Amino acid sequence: MHETMVAQSIIEAITAEAQKQQARPIAARISCGQLNPINEEVLNFAFEAIAKGTVCEGTKLTVVEITLKCTCKKCGRTHGFDIYSPACPGCGSTDFDINPDAPLLLEEIEFE
Amino acid sequence: MKVALNKKILDKNTECAIRNKAFFRDNKTLCLNVISSPGSGKTTIISKTVTDIGDKLKIGVVEGDIKTDIDAQKVRAAGAVAVQIETRGACHLTAEQVTGALSAIGAGDLDVVFIENVGNLVCPSAFDLGEQARVVVLSVPEGDDKPAKYPGTFAKADVLLINKIDLIDYIDFSLDRVIADVRSLKPKLEIFQVSATTGEGMQGWYDWLQARARDFAGQKS
Repeated sequence: MHETMVAQSIIEAITAEAQKQQARPIAARISCGQLNPINEEVLNFAFEAIAKGTVCEGTKLTVVEITLKCTCKKCGRTHGFDIYSPACPGCGSTDFDINPDAPLLLEEIEFE
Repeated sequence: MKVALNKKILDKNTECAIRNKAFFRDNKTLCLNVISSPGSGKTTIISKTVTDIGDKLKIGVVEGDIKTDIDAQKVRAAGAVAVQIETRGACHLTAEQVTGALSAIGAGDLDVVFIENVGNLVCPSAFDLGEQARVVVLSVPEGDDKPAKYPGTFAKADVLLINKIDLIDYIDFSLDRVIADVRSLKPKLEIFQVSATTGEGMQGWYDWLQARARDFAGQKS
């Protein structure tokens, strides 16, 4: 349930932006990397509980997971990382570097 | 009206982790964040390490558990200075909790601080505590599929201790599979096969720890 702390952090960021925009938030989009996944349902559950009575009450969160990519050391092709099938779809090599995982971001807020 | 922000979440934890990291660097104290499932043997590994090389390194321990100070008592009995954080339900430690614990163990005067995180292969990996390295413990009875199932935790590890290696003949556990999976996630991962109970393989881990503590202390001198 680390989603609770993530929800708290999102509420603080949305509240600050809502004050700046003088508007009521209705939705927000979060993105995360594949190695640092956030469950959308659990996040919304925690968010609703904490947001009660704040400007964020009623705001819906969506989570976009950014695929982890790796770069083949042999042919240089970049492809999605899959531990069960690590071979490069281009040349079949299993020698690759994993690219940095996408950070946890509050990408966008939609206001009324 | 839509507003694009692209603001990093958990930045408060990250800011606090950066302060902790600076504290460790300034005091030449090597900090290791120890992460694993419950029951993998984190406390036993730390206790055995303190017993065996506590005369060469001044070691302190920050213990994180949902309830009780059982682990702090165990590592104190082995000779470490220790403080227990009871998270009361939270499934991981935060950088702020660690900051609060550092003065309680006089961390600035120590060579090594182990942060024993709450037993959990998921949540602790998302929270930087300001450590210089992450140590992940995987014990043989847990099964060889754990790196594939919890890639986030293993991909962020610097050291993997495969513990309870003395049980490998009794359990269906493929070392080759574990090593292949973790190497694909982290090619430069240090791997030690150990048994904290029998002492098997522990010397390699001690050598790594002492070399790393020495290098880290030397960096600023």
